[in-house]
Amino acid sequence: MIIRGDEPEQKELLKKLYKPGNYFMMGDEAIAYGAIFAGCRFYAGYPITPSSEIAETMARELPKVGGYYLQMEDEIASIAAMIGASWTGFKVMTATSGPGFSLMQENLGYAVMTETPLVLVDVQRSGPSTGQATKGAQGDFFQARWGTHGDHPMIAVSPVSVEDAFWETIRAFNIAEKLRTPVVVLFDGILGHTREQIRIPDPDEVEIAYRKLPQSEEEAKLPFGDPHGDGIPPMPLFGHGYFTHVTGSTHKENGLRDVYTPEVHDRLIRRIHRKIEKNRDVYEKYEEYYTEDAEILVVSWGVSARPSLGAVLKARKEGIRVGLFVPKTVHPFPGERMRELGKKVRAILVPEMNLGQMILEVQRFVNDDVLLKGVNKIGGVPLTVEEILREIRGVAI
Amino acid sequence: MKKIYSRYPMVKYLRQEALPTALCPGCGGGTVLNAFANAIDQLKIDPRDLVVVSGIGCSAWIASPYFLADTLHTTHGRAIAFATGVKVGLPDKYVVVISGDGDLASIGGNHLIHAARRNIDITVILVNNFIYGMTGGQVAPTTPFGAITTTTPYRNVEHPLKIAETVAAAGASYVARWTTAHVYQLIESIKKALTTKGFSLVEVISQCPVQFGRRNKMKEPAEMLRWFLKNSVPISKAKKMSEEELEGKFVIGEFVHRRRPEFTEELNKLIKEVQEKYVR
Ligand SMILES: Cc1ncc(C[n+]2csc(CCOP(=O)(O)OP(=O)(O)O)c2C)c(N)n1
Ligand code: SF4
Repeated sequence: MIIRGDEPEQKELLKKLYKPGNYFMMGDEAIAYGAIFAGCRFYAGYPITPSSEIAETMARELPKVGGYYLQMEDEIASIAAMIGASWTGFKVMTATSGPGFSLMQENLGYAVMTETPLVLVDVQRSGPSTGQATKGAQGDFFQARWGTHGDHPMIAVSPVSVEDAFWETIRAFNIAEKLRTPVVVLFDGILGHTREQIRIPDPDEVEIAYRKLPQSEEEAKLPFGDPHGDGIPPMPLFGHGYFTHVTGSTHKENGLRDVYTPEVHDRLIRRIHRKIEKNRDVYEKYEEYYTEDAEILVVSWGVSARPSLGAVLKARKEGIRVGLFVPKTVHPFPGERMRELGKKVRAILVPEMNLGQMILEVQRFVNDDVLLKGVNKIGGVPLTVEEILREIRGVAI
Repeated sequence: MKKIYSRYPMVKYLRQEALPTALCPGCGGGTVLNAFANAIDQLKIDPRDLVVVSGIGCSAWIASPYFLADTLHTTHGRAIAFATGVKVGLPDKYVVVISGDGDLASIGGNHLIHAARRNIDITVILVNNFIYGMTGGQVAPTTPFGAITTTTPYRNVEHPLKIAETVAAAGASYVARWTTAHVYQLIESIKKALTTKGFSLVEVISQCPVQFGRRNKMKEPAEMLRWFLKNSVPISKAKKMSEEELEGKFVIGEFVHRRRPEFTEELNKLIKEVQEKYVR
């Protein structure tokens, strides 16, 4: 069994095609290159602003590395095709934006239930509905978490710059492969269309993970079992004679449907949750600036994180003891660290390009004696350093 | 139980731990499963070279889980889209979709015509029982004009979709329609569909005595089969008949059988060309 893109000659190919060094590119392009470096060799998508440059870059670059670009008839078909391809051993990705993300939700749930590794990039745009189609936003925070139905865990990472988009996409693939689960990359239209310098690394510098494959006939016969006690079943790929049955209905360890026995459903769903809870070290990631002595904390994510850092740096110059906490994996939220930080500060500001979404996660982990305030902006224009600084000054004594 | 199955020569192709099937007695789904197993047997296809994909509905269960191959039971209507990804990943395997008319032609209608247009090498066996069987017999896009269903209690005022004709027009390489009363022709067509490079559709008109027959004066499965036989018109004859004469008839036979460039082959050719140009 082989994961495509895993062949040793692929590394040589990458070295030949993409010389290490500095490039000037858009966030969307950085996501596409990140995917290619991570070993993605199958992309299925449907165009939508502001994500289309990811599809365009994949269409141009994938054939060079022996990969497949498919433009499907809609977003539902796109995620369906990538799930089918993932079961044949491809690392797979799709990218979309608001309305397309909504269409993908049913099959995103299917991927959770069938433990299919895939990466879904949502380049957030203003909504609801068609909204401001060409403008960026951060309004899909909870759609990423709760967009599909049922009790389910979900992992979402969120890059803060163009270069970060390259590396976070690779990290998303590694998480998806290690935990046999879909991973959402919550990007946004502003960073997606921002051009800045990024360094393309030598492929040897890139850590690459592959899904666990069955080591024996018995393991292959239990595609949804837990032979290693870590909650992560090895994935028997199609085409290898294992006669694997995969269904989105509640299934036993051998894959066969059983929707009548309460224990079977309970066991399956709890294991899928446990697999994510227990493996926090695989995906938890955040950045901190000046948090040691902070009495005011700014908590921000994605596109809003950089102006937040700018504001924190300026406020520090003014002598304000302010720190910054940036969750890079936003789901599951880094709640433990948030709780610790929350105990040390008296005010928390949460800048984001929506009317208050991540702030609800922050609120779950801080006591109500802490002043908690959103810094919110909608309309498609990013928050500025000045706007955030003004709020910091406002809560400083 | 085991004993009964052992008398059935095709049992070697079935997932015995999943038997008996959940299909109602007299359901046409059993005939379709039998015909499919016989086609695989006659072509001597190793089930390890087979991936069967289905959507949601009674007909979706025919092969997934019952057929002993890699089987992917997907979301309602999306089987062909999932199968597209499987075929690109495993271009040398037989990728087969077996599902219902509601699944493939209503919610999944878009995927059906676009897969035919792309001409991807997938074999689709579409079980047309004129009804949403699994959800309790609601009207479908295939329900005959005037028929009674749970959501058309007075009569259906919509016109049924001509699936085989539509898929042929969309660009498929092979299209045929039979009924469950034409078992041998059905097996031959499934064999042709499997061995034709490109998109193939075999539409099988099938009885659902429980949800459709019962409400339309055909309680017994045999009554439905007689209805199929009485109203089937071979395609050669149908060509000479008027629209009015064909109203309520089932046109059976092969609609197209042709060679067109196939999607996964073209995709692989393209990749080779690009690599030759950029990778030295
Ligand atoms: C998105 C979605 N909508 C609706 C359903 C409910 N549903 C389950 S099976 C089915 C219809 C099946 O009809 P058909 O494909 O004709 O198969 P049959 O049961 O008649 O063989 C429907 C509507 C669903 N599972 N998913
Ligand atoms: S409801 Fe109809 S289609 Fe479904 S199993 Fe019963 S007879 Fe077959």
